[in-house]
Amino acid sequence: MSVLVYTESENGKFKKNAFEVASYAAEVAKQMGTTATAVSFNATENESLGTYGISKVLNISNDTLKTFNAKAYANSIHQAVEKEGAKVIILSSSTDTKYLAPLLAGYLKAGYVPNVVAAPESTSPFTVKRTAFSNKGFAFSEISTDVKIIGVSNNSFGIHENGTTAAVEAFDAAVSDADFATKSVEIDKVVGKATIADADIVVSAGRGMKGPENWGMIEELAEVLGAATACSKPVSDLGWRPHGEHVGQTGKPVASNLYIAIGISGAIQHLAGVSSSKVKVVINSDPEAPFFKAADYGIVGDAFEVVPQLIEKLKEFKAQNA
Amino acid sequence: MKILVCISNVPDTTSKINFTDNDTKFDTAGVQFVINPNDEFGLTRAMWFKEKQSATVHIATVGEASVEPTMRKALAIGADEAIRVNAIPTDGFFVAQQLANIAKEGAYDLIIAGRESIDYNGGMVPGIMASLLDINFVNTCISLDVDGTSATALREIDGGKEKIATSLPLIIGGQKGLVEESDLRIPNMRGIMMARQKKLTVIEPIDALNATQDTKFTKPAAKGAVKLASSVDELVTLLHNEAKVI
Ligand SMILES: Cc1cc2nc3c(=O)[nH]c(=O)nc-3n(C[C@H](O)[C@H](O)[C@H](O)COP(=O)(O)OP(=O)(O)OC[C@H]3O[C@@H](n4cnc5c(N)ncnc54)[C@H](O)[C@@H]3O)c2cc1C
Ligand SMILES: Nc1ncnc2c1ncn2[C@@H]1O[C@H](COP(=O)(O)O)[C@@H](O)[C@H]1O
Repeated sequence: MSVLVYTESENGKFKKNAFEVASYAAEVAKQMGTTATAVSFNATENESLGTYGISKVLNISNDTLKTFNAKAYANSIHQAVEKEGAKVIILSSSTDTKYLAPLLAGYLKAGYVPNVVAAPESTSPFTVKRTAFSNKGFAFSEISTDVKIIGVSNNSFGIHENGTTAAVEAFDAAVSDADFATKSVEIDKVVGKATIADADIVVSAGRGMKGPENWGMIEELAEVLGAATACSKPVSDLGWRPHGEHVGQTGKPVASNLYIAIGISGAIQHLAGVSSSKVKVVINSDPEAPFFKAADYGIVGDAFEVVPQLIEKLKEFKAQNA
Repeated sequence: MKILVCISNVPDTTSKINFTDNDTKFDTAGVQFVINPNDEFGLTRAMWFKEKQSATVHIATVGEASVEPTMRKALAIGADEAIRVNAIPTDGFFVAQQLANIAKEGAYDLIIAGRESIDYNGGMVPGIMASLLDINFVNTCISLDVDGTSATALREIDGGKEKIATSLPLIIGGQKGLVEESDLRIPNMRGIMMARQKKLTVIEPIDALNATQDTKFTKPAAKGAVKLASSVDELVTLLHNEAKVI
């Protein structure tokens, strides 16, 4: 009757969100007086999950599962759930995991609550707090099914060390051809650059930048900070930046530690998607820009002057603090 | 090709969010309801299939009679027929079962839903439908082409895109990218007039599982005032010493 958590990896290495969901699972297990088991796919450092309170890892090694496939992964996790007799399943909020979560919910006839931001309020009845209305509110959701699935919001619960030793077991989940009826034929992914989903810092720019030719300084600022780049919706609609960079209510959600908004007015739909970021900084020439009301820090000024200065200052700062 | 577009009726993106009945219900007073933006992209792509590949397009919504203006808008944009399941859509699992039932009865080849509804942000209805119907599923779908029974889709992934080959019957969770913003259609007078004549069937819900229930809502705590820095030096110092984020 353990708690089961799916810990995501890429090229064998656990993603940062894996440690967050592992920490969350350990907390739920503690509340329920049981232990937490992780399931991983082709991961190499499974023992490391012990640091976050995981006492057992079921590692699936299977070359056909090297590339993510929602159905094959959901079916495999389903088998791990059955083996463990798990009643609570913990998942992350990555794009891939949000793809498999509802499939798993369907197979298990389980209630699924995504975007959960805190440890359960109570485990009987099972109640969790989650964001709703695109971060404009919170809901307390009660799950009444026997098996329960929780999707933990990125960067909400945090990573907590909780030293145990993890026993690693090979787990042989059966996969069938039918699982691959949706087949990945090509992946076009930026490598070596922080993504909006994982980055600690996101540097985002809007229509105030005037045109795509001015994005050099935005990319340079992001590089100095090790940040991902993002943009407002009109910027991607105008084709200045790729659609994948559009953040907000109808784009990608951002839950970074630091969000820097440059030349973005702060429309309600934009704010809805970025308000889970912990610290928000605004650079805007208009002191009345609505974003200042939602921000923690700001500079009123022309981006074309402020951003180059900021890049220089950060380079100096880095050199001093290296 | 028979297409079913699942349309969820949501508060307009500019709506102020308030709660009522001792914070147990969303307060709809003064709120304008619209087609969920992700569904509008899907519906617009369905219109393309209708015009270029002679598809028929039905829409379905789980909701009370108050959702009908939103459904009529989808009909005015060009959907052929509508089906409403007369129930309050409080749980994603319940909604998915209702829609899966319609999808099965109607033998649709392609089911277009959205990646998520912008109200409760469940992001689960199309995926649960796919598992109940045991058909192919592509989520965060940003492009879709159909040739006979083969389908090619692009899916947004963290940090990029993935091309997927699959086949009908298929369900997608769509979003912006399926069509461009500039392709979205505002219903014209003729469309609105025609929509009034189109068939809107109301059916009662089937027995289904209610897996979750929202028992209480709260709003985020009010924000403190912004701290304005007068120079980048000051900003960097604040971010380092006070916010501790760099
Ligand atoms: C259904 C719907 C969904 C939407 N979803 C989203 C969404 O998900 N994400 C999103 O971002 N938007 C969304 N929008 C659009 C949103 O309403 C705004 O139109 C958009 O966010 C504005 O983008 P912007 O701030 O880049 O541009 P603008 O509003 O044009 O703002 C530009 C800002 O730059 C500042 N500026 C100008 N020059 C300079 C300079 N030299 N230096 C510094 N600052 C300068 C200006 O003062 C201004 O504040 C949505 C809209 C609708 C209707
Ligand atoms: N009540 C509903 N009626 C019809 N379709 C719905 C309903 N709720 C959700 N959907 C569909 O499922 C998608 C995802 O919704 P959700 O899982 O609620 O975030 C939406 O974009 C719609 O396509």
